[in-house]
Amino acid sequence: MPNAINIALIPLLPFAGFLLSGLFGRKYIRNFAGMLGTALILGSAILALYTAYDYFFVYGKVDGVYQQFVPLKITWLAFTKELSIDMGLVIDPISVMMLVVVTFVSLMVHIYSLGYLKGEERFATYYAYLGLFTFSMLGLVLASNIFQIYIFWELVGVSSFLLIGFYYDKPSAVAASKKAFIVTRFADLGFLIGILILSYFSGTLDFQELIARLTSPESNEAKAAAASTFLGASALTWGAALVFMGGAGKSAMFPLHIWLPDAMEGPTPVSALIHAATMVVAGVYLVARLFPVFALSTPAVLEMIGWVGAVSAIVAAVIACTQTDIKRVLAYSTMSQIGYMMFALGVSKYGGEAGLGYTASMFHLFTHAMFKALLFLGAGAVIHYVHSNEMKDMGGLRKKMPVTHFTFLIACLSIAGVPFLSGFYSKEEILLAAYHSNTAIYYIALVTSGLTAFYMFRLYFNIFWNKPYEAHGGHHGHGEGGLVMMLPLILLAIGAAGAGYIPFGELVSSDGKALESHFDIAFSAAPVLLGLTGIAVAAWMYLKENKKPENMASSLGGIYKAAYHKFYIDELYLFITKKVLFNLVGRTAAWFDRTIVDGLVNLTGNTTVLVAEGIKKFQSGKVQQYAIYFLAGVVLLAAFFVYVWR
Amino acid sequence: MMEPGLYHILTVSIALFFIGVMGFLTRRNLITMLMSLELILNSVNLNFIAFNKYVWPGKMDGLFFTIFIIAIAAAEAAVAIAIIINLYRSNQSIDVTNAEDLKY
Repeated sequence: MPNAINIALIPLLPFAGFLLSGLFGRKYIRNFAGMLGTALILGSAILALYTAYDYFFVYGKVDGVYQQFVPLKITWLAFTKELSIDMGLVIDPISVMMLVVVTFVSLMVHIYSLGYLKGEERFATYYAYLGLFTFSMLGLVLASNIFQIYIFWELVGVSSFLLIGFYYDKPSAVAASKKAFIVTRFADLGFLIGILILSYFSGTLDFQELIARLTSPESNEAKAAAASTFLGASALTWGAALVFMGGAGKSAMFPLHIWLPDAMEGPTPVSALIHAATMVVAGVYLVARLFPVFALSTPAVLEMIGWVGAVSAIVAAVIACTQTDIKRVLAYSTMSQIGYMMFALGVSKYGGEAGLGYTASMFHLFTHAMFKALLFLGAGAVIHYVHSNEMKDMGGLRKKMPVTHFTFLIACLSIAGVPFLSGFYSKEEILLAAYHSNTAIYYIALVTSGLTAFYMFRLYFNIFWNKPYEAHGGHHGHGEGGLVMMLPLILLAIGAAGAGYIPFGELVSSDGKALESHFDIAFSAAPVLLGLTGIAVAAWMYLKENKKPENMASSLGGIYKAAYHKFYIDELYLFITKKVLFNLVGRTAAWFDRTIVDGLVNLTGNTTVLVAEGIKKFQSGKVQQYAIYFLAGVVLLAAFFVYVWR
Repeated sequence: MMEPGLYHILTVSIALFFIGVMGFLTRRNLITMLMSLELILNSVNLNFIAFNKYVWPGKMDGLFFTIFIIAIAAAEAAVAIAIIINLYRSNQSIDVTNAEDLKY
């Protein structure tokens, strides 16, 4: 059986790191904070690996089906006997897998940051934030209650906000952190409403109960939720769609993706941890967590998820081909790959062979975490070396940074789907799942995989080949970065190369039963060929410095320009918020506030002043005048009592 | 000769009251105004005594009220004189039209 203390310690160790570094970091353990945080997360990672081993190979399987365990559940807020917000730990295949991913990538980033942020003034603060993030992400993964997941969801959002805005003296970083927070918060509004709808109809907040009640068609809860409709869709559909809206915001799905590229203003290791490997897959995880509800009760929403994922995947891939900031290319690549995971879930069914998409999505999540974290950390090393994010300042770095070059190449090959690396296996499964379920999405995915190979190798050739490296200004005393920066790259490269050999189908599937994953050479031929073509085109264009990219860009004209400007989606948002919302709603509200609300208050005040101006003359200081008023008053009162009152 | 009745006394009292009111409202000298005030109070005293004697001869209430009013009038005269003296010290005048500082 699962050991509740071991599992609870996995999130609590980074939390302890957060408290220690956050409270004492500035004064007492300034230089020691990084080592402390790393040591604690190392403990978490070991516990997570142990838990994974224990779960998958010792106690998890009962009669060939992986069970869900809830080793710890504490009632935190009890509303009624039935309805309460619990704090619990859930152990099932996906949460265990996420534990491993989060702790491993977080450990790599902790180690890497020791070198990357050396000498940074707010070093301890940085490690405190990393600890907070890791704690919240692990709490999110382990949540047994939909409200608990929401709490940690917001905590993750806050730590992401803090880390994007880590260089708070840089206006662009501040703007990016605000943008990320507002956009995801806006999506979370939908999530919260979705939670309320689902829990209102199911009468519980607990995942297990909620799924059980909403998926069985005979249950009263499911009937009630399906029966009450709003705007042509059942309440259940609305609830599921709104929950997905939260997931789409966090996972940067089109059209809520605009915050992710800007989030690259944060320190690069943070981008690797939060905006590539862990936090942005929270949306995928959420959909996977509630997958039975989506798959069995609201297939329409699941189809929408598939399309949102597919559109995000291809839009992001097209944009990634045109960006020149290497971190932005990686950001769009992340969005594209998460789109893959989303539509893999979207095309999946619950249970059996048809549940391949679910397994594929989780598999891709796992391999993507490895190679994307590696890409970001490699990009970080490059940025550390050349002090620029722009491709034009790079080129010819393969001799200067051999380790980075080699690991980066592995990651690029992996994400491009070159056979025998991890990305190949997970991507093939996704394509296979899409092929069997939704042909349109399959073709979109196929095109995207070609584009992926192209833009990744565009990045690779531009950084490491193209033109000979010339030092730009300043100092060049330091080399590639010390062991602390190289070690995570090497470890992640091993992961990126070898993660594909994990028999994922046997471990993670929608219903817990082992899934036979089979590879068909004939089926793999198309995506692999497309990928190789993408690589070849990139090599043709970018291997040596030449005029081809410019010519290509000018011949594509409008399309290139639109993609370069990210299809003007940012501008569209700005138009909607600034022109439409601020002008129409904001101005009207401001007018109402200034004229009606303020006007009423001013009216009261002015009336008082006017009346006072009128009657103050009565206080003239003339005693005899007062006496006359008094006398007149007495006479009037006397007359009143004598003639009227009786 | 006729014994004076209630109405005779009330007539005197009313005359006294309005003489007092007239003096209070028209005179500018504070001392004279104070004297007019005393006239008003005495007209009230006269009323109390008359009603007590002619309407409820067996009771003492009117007498008590009268004695109270005389006592209060004495105290009030002392306070008023003190105020008037102080006013004279600051204004060099006891004309009521010169004492109009306390206004809006």
